[in-house]
Amino acid sequence: MDINVTSGELLRVEACRQAYPKESNLELIVLENVNLSLRAGEMVALLGRSGSGKSTLLRIIAGLLKPTAGRVLWRGQPLQGPAEGVAMVFQSFALFPWLTVCENVQLGLEAKGVPRAERERRAEQGIDLIGLGGFENAYPRELSGGMRQRVGFARALVVHPDLLLMDEPFSALDVLTAETLRTDLIDLWSEDKLPIKSVLMVTHNIEEAVLMCDRILVFSSNPGRVVNELRVNLPHPRNRLDPMFRKIVDDIYGLMTRREAPGRPLAPAAPGIATKLHPVGTNLIAGLLETLVGEPYNGRADLPALAETLQLELDELLPLGETLQLLRFAELEEGDIRITPAGRAYVAADIEDRKPLFAAALRANVPLISMIRQVLEERWNHRASAVRFQDELEDYMSPDYAEQTLRTAISWGRFAELFSYDEEAQQFSLEEVS
Amino acid sequence: MSDRPFPSLVAVRRLPNIWDLAAVAFVFGLIIAVVEIARHTWQPISAPEALAVSLDPGNLPNYALRTTMRMFAALAASLAFTFTYATAAAKSRRAGAVMIPILDILQSVPILGFLTFTVVFFMSLFPGRVLGLELAAVFAIFTSQAWNMAFSLYQSLKTVPRDLEEAARAFRLSAWQRFWRLEVPFGMPGLIWNTMMSMSGGWFFVTASEAISVGDNTWKLPGIGSYVALALERRDIVAVAYAIVVMLLVILAYDQLLFRPLVAWSAKFRFETISGAAARDPWMLRLLRRTYLLQMIGDGIANLFFRFSGLRISLWPSHRARERAPSRAGDAAWLTVLLAVIGIALWQIVTYMAAAIGWDDIVQALRLGCYTLARVAILMILATLVWVPIGVWLGLRPVWARRAQPVAQFLAAFPANLLFPPVVLAIVALDLNPDIWLTPLIILGTQWYILFNVIAGAAAFPSDLREAASNFRVQGGLWWRRVILPGIFPYYVTGAITASGGSWNASIVAETAAWGDTKISAHGLGAYIAAATEKGDMARVVLGVAVMSGFVVLFNRLLWRPLYAYATRRLTLD
Repeated sequence: MDINVTSGELLRVEACRQAYPKESNLELIVLENVNLSLRAGEMVALLGRSGSGKSTLLRIIAGLLKPTAGRVLWRGQPLQGPAEGVAMVFQSFALFPWLTVCENVQLGLEAKGVPRAERERRAEQGIDLIGLGGFENAYPRELSGGMRQRVGFARALVVHPDLLLMDEPFSALDVLTAETLRTDLIDLWSEDKLPIKSVLMVTHNIEEAVLMCDRILVFSSNPGRVVNELRVNLPHPRNRLDPMFRKIVDDIYGLMTRREAPGRPLAPAAPGIATKLHPVGTNLIAGLLETLVGEPYNGRADLPALAETLQLELDELLPLGETLQLLRFAELEEGDIRITPAGRAYVAADIEDRKPLFAAALRANVPLISMIRQVLEERWNHRASAVRFQDELEDYMSPDYAEQTLRTAISWGRFAELFSYDEEAQQFSLEEVS
Repeated sequence: MSDRPFPSLVAVRRLPNIWDLAAVAFVFGLIIAVVEIARHTWQPISAPEALAVSLDPGNLPNYALRTTMRMFAALAASLAFTFTYATAAAKSRRAGAVMIPILDILQSVPILGFLTFTVVFFMSLFPGRVLGLELAAVFAIFTSQAWNMAFSLYQSLKTVPRDLEEAARAFRLSAWQRFWRLEVPFGMPGLIWNTMMSMSGGWFFVTASEAISVGDNTWKLPGIGSYVALALERRDIVAVAYAIVVMLLVILAYDQLLFRPLVAWSAKFRFETISGAAARDPWMLRLLRRTYLLQMIGDGIANLFFRFSGLRISLWPSHRARERAPSRAGDAAWLTVLLAVIGIALWQIVTYMAAAIGWDDIVQALRLGCYTLARVAILMILATLVWVPIGVWLGLRPVWARRAQPVAQFLAAFPANLLFPPVVLAIVALDLNPDIWLTPLIILGTQWYILFNVIAGAAAFPSDLREAASNFRVQGGLWWRRVILPGIFPYYVTGAITASGGSWNASIVAETAAWGDTKISAHGLGAYIAAATEKGDMARVVLGVAVMSGFVVLFNRLLWRPLYAYATRRLTLD
């Protein structure tokens, strides 16, 4: 592989793999064979669903995590811990509540040993640049979310990093505030006012990526890897209503909802029960189906448009769509969602009749739930401990996902009256089930 | 009500299992023990075996049981006190205005000094019976348990979420129903946590309160405390070791059998709809939930309790009655009565004290108070220097934090006064200066509060802040100063308040020590109170205790309260 530092390459990630050892001989693979490079002057987005490992990758690049295999080259040198010249902006802002705005901003400079006068001058510059003038002596808790994230930006900018890492920096903000911050940042960036060379941003918001970045790396999950790379050559400031803009957004939706190519080798062949379930409520399922059947969709909807109308982020809409697909109530294809006859039947039924339909869909399509039910029917006392299912799931997924999957199964199964569950004893049973 | 499951299913499910057998044995054993002890307490003091304590280690299980029974009797009294006192203080604005400051003072007063007088009172209630002595011991333990429990419930009653309060009113729950359905469940996690803390405090007193001397008479109630006292008199260090081991086992047992399950169970009353990472249930709770017989008994009790707490009793005739505006005239009358009572009380105290003590006594008590203050302050600083770095190190490593946390809590629960004898022995043997070497005993039992609070603080330190610090390469002194110390500070202050209060109390026991006939004593207010108690010199006990309370209250008001307020205002996230 050609490692050429003179071409302006700042960062190179080579064959990165991140896996967590499990009790059984299986490993939980979060990242598999990730390669990417970053040059000076670029703003790049890592776009993927939550849980796809993109934040893990960002932390590896920041030197906060060590990859299990592969290496990260920063300016041609292997990365050892947090590097100088890399600064990060956090989704949760990560401001120290006991430091004022000014002290927070100066923290990185203090750590670098910059003399006090210089420190104050640069902090003042950063604060003014990012529009925080007047708030120098405020504490983070006195600020609104948008102002807090501005402090996060100022803190990262004053150390004059070559690479600015951003971990979903706008996703904790409301829509209007996020948009203001995005445009401010893009204006400063395109006018070359920021003391940084390049930006790597993690996001799950497709429009945000297209609005801001020159290059988009589409991340897929299980295990996380870069599956597509797109260039966005539109000039700044970009217009969301521009047909070119819309086309790129549509293309990415298509990429992200494309059915996995058949026969793709899935590292350890997971049995059916290990299907990850998204924590989607039964009311939401019914709500989306009803919306799809009604006007103006008449059974088929374009996902970006649907997301816009329902005020749902991609990260919320996709799991919902995939759940409908799992239950065979709808199908996803190329950025569209289409309702199936089973889905229509479900909408047509009234509340009482929906339960058996839902139960049938669960037993047919969710192996975990049909297994729980089967175990309960076979046991002499019709009881089973939840722990054993959780353990079984943990062979194939992280404990968090195993718990989430089991919780979802419990809530769906309860709604369908397939089994009941005693939270205190953590036991499934067939009591009170018709 | 639920659908009835098939009868055959019920029959199968209710078949007793092996654990039921264990449960039956356990329950009957407990009943027999209680009856046996109750019978004993009615004996006359003069009966030869009533107050006989022997150093035979074979007696220790019996002694341990009796000591534990006293603990639980006191705990029951504390709960009764908590439910009445805290409720009255929270429900009536005028009563609260008096009752809460009283509680605050009682919390900081070292009650240990008053033991002598309560003994006389309780013995006069049941002249010539062991019961009087038992009650005096139980009362001593009660005084170490009740206050913080009452405070906890009061705080909860005052902070019941408004929407729940409104829902309870909208559905026209009676005051009684509202109390049991809303207010008590809401206060449950805090109350149980404080009960656990109280038990730890109680052990300290139980060992001090079983061997009671008033003037020339000394009585020893059979129990671990008097066993240790006797061992000290007879210079039997092996017996002391036995007692320590038994004590460890007892504390381990009630911690595992009672408090772990209770704390886990009370988590369901927590007022957070988001469920955090749930720890696995302690084994005892799992056992209780799996043992059908115990579950049936438990269901029965729960059912009874549910009916009892669901009664439509109300002190107020209608729900609107409480909404009326407070009357000015009533307030004024109340204030006048209060001032009159305070005035009379002050007059009584001054006349009584003036007869017995002079200005030099006061000056002396103040001077000794300063010595003890210096001890407590130095030890707090030392303990902080030692335990804060260790606690941070442990707390930032989740695996270690999980292991260390229960150990630190356990050490805090262990009555440190049982560990005094070996230290005293060393001081006597090596002829060390008691003014210096008795000092560490003050903090022996209380330092753990600092440790486990720091561990909790470091473990709760937000991971994004750690990442940010690491990303900006904040290290060394800057990291301690800017990142972790402010982060754990609120937790540290919580621990330090408990530790410092406990240390003042411990000084009464720790500043004097005896090994057989050899008595060693340090200069300090604790030793002063202990000496006055031994002589039965009431005026000087009162003076000593009053001065000590003054120091504690000043310490709290001038140092800990402002620090705590600062910590919650500035150093917490929201």
